[in-house]
Amino acid sequence: MKTTRPVGICGYGAYVPRLRIDARSIARVWGRLGRGFPVPEKSFPGADEDTITMSIEAARAAVDRAGIDAQRLSAVWVGTESKPYAVKPSATVVAEAIGATPFVNAADLEFACKAGSEGMQMAAAFVGSGMAEYAMAVGMDTAQGKPGDELEYTAAAGGAAYIFGPAESSAAKLAASLSFVTDTPDFFRRAHMRYPEHGMRFTGRPSYFHHTLGCARALLEETGLKPADFRWAVFHQPNPRFPREAAAELGFKPAQFERSLVCARIGNTYAGSSLLGLASVLDVAAPGERILMVSYGSGAGSDGFVFETTERVAQRRDAAPSVDCLLDRRQPVTEYARYLHNAGKIRAQ
Amino acid sequence: MRDVFIAGTGQTDIGEHWDRSLKDLAVEAVCAALPAERRGEVDCLLVGNMLSGELASQENLGACAADWAGLGPVEAVKIESACASGGAAFREGYLRVASGASDCALVLGVEKMTDLLPDGVSAGLALAADGDTENLHGATFVALNALIMRRYMHENGCRHEDFSGFAVNAHRNAAANARAMFRREVTGEDYARACMVASPINLLDSSAICDGAGAVLLCADPQALGNARRIRVTGSGAACDTIAVASRQDPLQLLAAELSSRRALAGAGRKAEDIDLFELHDAFSIMAVLSLEACGFAPRGRGLRLALEGEIGPRGRVPIATRGGLKARGHPVGATGVLQVIDAVAQLRGEAGASQVPEARVAMTQNIGGSGASIYTHILEAEG
Repeated sequence: MKTTRPVGICGYGAYVPRLRIDARSIARVWGRLGRGFPVPEKSFPGADEDTITMSIEAARAAVDRAGIDAQRLSAVWVGTESKPYAVKPSATVVAEAIGATPFVNAADLEFACKAGSEGMQMAAAFVGSGMAEYAMAVGMDTAQGKPGDELEYTAAAGGAAYIFGPAESSAAKLAASLSFVTDTPDFFRRAHMRYPEHGMRFTGRPSYFHHTLGCARALLEETGLKPADFRWAVFHQPNPRFPREAAAELGFKPAQFERSLVCARIGNTYAGSSLLGLASVLDVAAPGERILMVSYGSGAGSDGFVFETTERVAQRRDAAPSVDCLLDRRQPVTEYARYLHNAGKIRAQ
Repeated sequence: MRDVFIAGTGQTDIGEHWDRSLKDLAVEAVCAALPAERRGEVDCLLVGNMLSGELASQENLGACAADWAGLGPVEAVKIESACASGGAAFREGYLRVASGASDCALVLGVEKMTDLLPDGVSAGLALAADGDTENLHGATFVALNALIMRRYMHENGCRHEDFSGFAVNAHRNAAANARAMFRREVTGEDYARACMVASPINLLDSSAICDGAGAVLLCADPQALGNARRIRVTGSGAACDTIAVASRQDPLQLLAAELSSRRALAGAGRKAEDIDLFELHDAFSIMAVLSLEACGFAPRGRGLRLALEGEIGPRGRVPIATRGGLKARGHPVGATGVLQVIDAVAQLRGEAGASQVPEARVAMTQNIGGSGASIYTHILEAEG
């Protein structure tokens, strides 16, 4: 899929809360110390943070990097599966906080871990059709793992915001995009359930890999590009192993994808995951480099993007904190109870 | 009683068949065991299955499987005896043919477990325990087996690592079985590192949730066998024990295993020493140990020594789990008893490849329901 008018990423901003809890502190409570862990520690929100406040942080950084007046945004979309309100958009709060209201389209998107990339595709289409000059998509989560479940070791907090605009003023032009979706019930949370359910190994081959590889291969075929034509590759990161395996199967080398594996340091930020990986790449990319990004959301589907960085990629890089800076800004916590409290897992009523 | 021969076997791959239904697995196994041109000869279909209603929303499985497998208006029925459903169905087929009630019986074992999340599957499996005194109190099968294993270790002064040989042997044999679920070897170190499920049972002490089906054609007429080596069912025995572990005089004695194996061996005119391989019910390592002791392959408290001394491998004194067993070939519960027969037939026909037991002529299979509550034992012998 290509837009009729050339579009690109004009600004991006990442956000990761500073708090980290290590896997051993979780495992100790559940009597699971005698085993390995997918990631050594994960990020979790501060007591006064949620998907809305974190989205605002990332959105402000994106506006700063784009160097535009937020009033020029015609859309603010927040993709998440941890909405503070079941009914009431998070996106209106974000739009208001960054000064984009009132002439703005605002909505929350849900597609498990690909809600953020879905917003990116919509933002590209909004701008690409001429309906908007600039449009913003945020992917952000304070991911919820059921206490004691496997997912509790990786479900993390963080995400990123992207502003799409005219290609001529962008840091990275969008060359092509593609979505790959089927009805695959690998992970879900029904209304009124507190925590998601997942299908164990079913979340692997028939789910993550089928969609990620299916989307990536089709996008490569459509664009006539090979893995060697890319400097960077970014995949959804439920754990460090899945994206590494998917990348290797497609023929990518570690030098192309290791940079994007934010998950290895802070866990899986769900709707924020691949968007944070892309931000980490944009932080260091040089002009004229090609980037493949393939998200994955349970339910299930993948959105694929091919970006090409422009001369402007490094120009406003320092206008906001880099992903590395956010990853290094860590405050380790070993109290499981504090994590439970901040992550909203203790029920007062 | 007439002689009963195995005229054909067929099975699916054992594993997580997320994209396949109970019917689909059943049909594949039936078609593999029974050439289309011989469908008309089958006069009854006996389906071993434990949880089709709980996990696959399908009861009346006899009619369902006969219909979808294209067996027409044949007599068909589901036979349930928890994890021993396959063994129970096989015994039923044997008795029908031996008694003359049937000339050609098709025994199918099938289970589809992966459509539900693990909690739902565990709850379904727990239905095989005593509803009032075990299940109601939250005792799952891994918990009951953990209690038994802990008691065994206490009484016999053994260490957890002494059990590692069972998983190591099962995985090594499964590596040579193209149909097995876990076709990779594991080591004693892997066993020591495996995560704990319910202490002292760790992941490598346990068989996994999986899907699969197997079918065996039994007939009275040896002419129906074609050129394959003639395999005769020479003994069949069944027995029950108390359904609750706590009701047993001795929780480390598998009384039903002892009785059913004694009956099967007597029927075949054999002794334990005559058995060349033993496909036992290693759903958990401790069950393998107790079966070996109950069936006379080791004195009480000495079953572990067989593994420690390397006697359970294909070239050992009592080869067990020769195609991977429940641990590594896989344990689609209601199908297991039929798969054990198929594995034994492969050995008796010399088709077991790298895990072939040399000169195997007499095989014993034993399928256990619950924590030893219902047990079916069979003796198969190669002739000619």
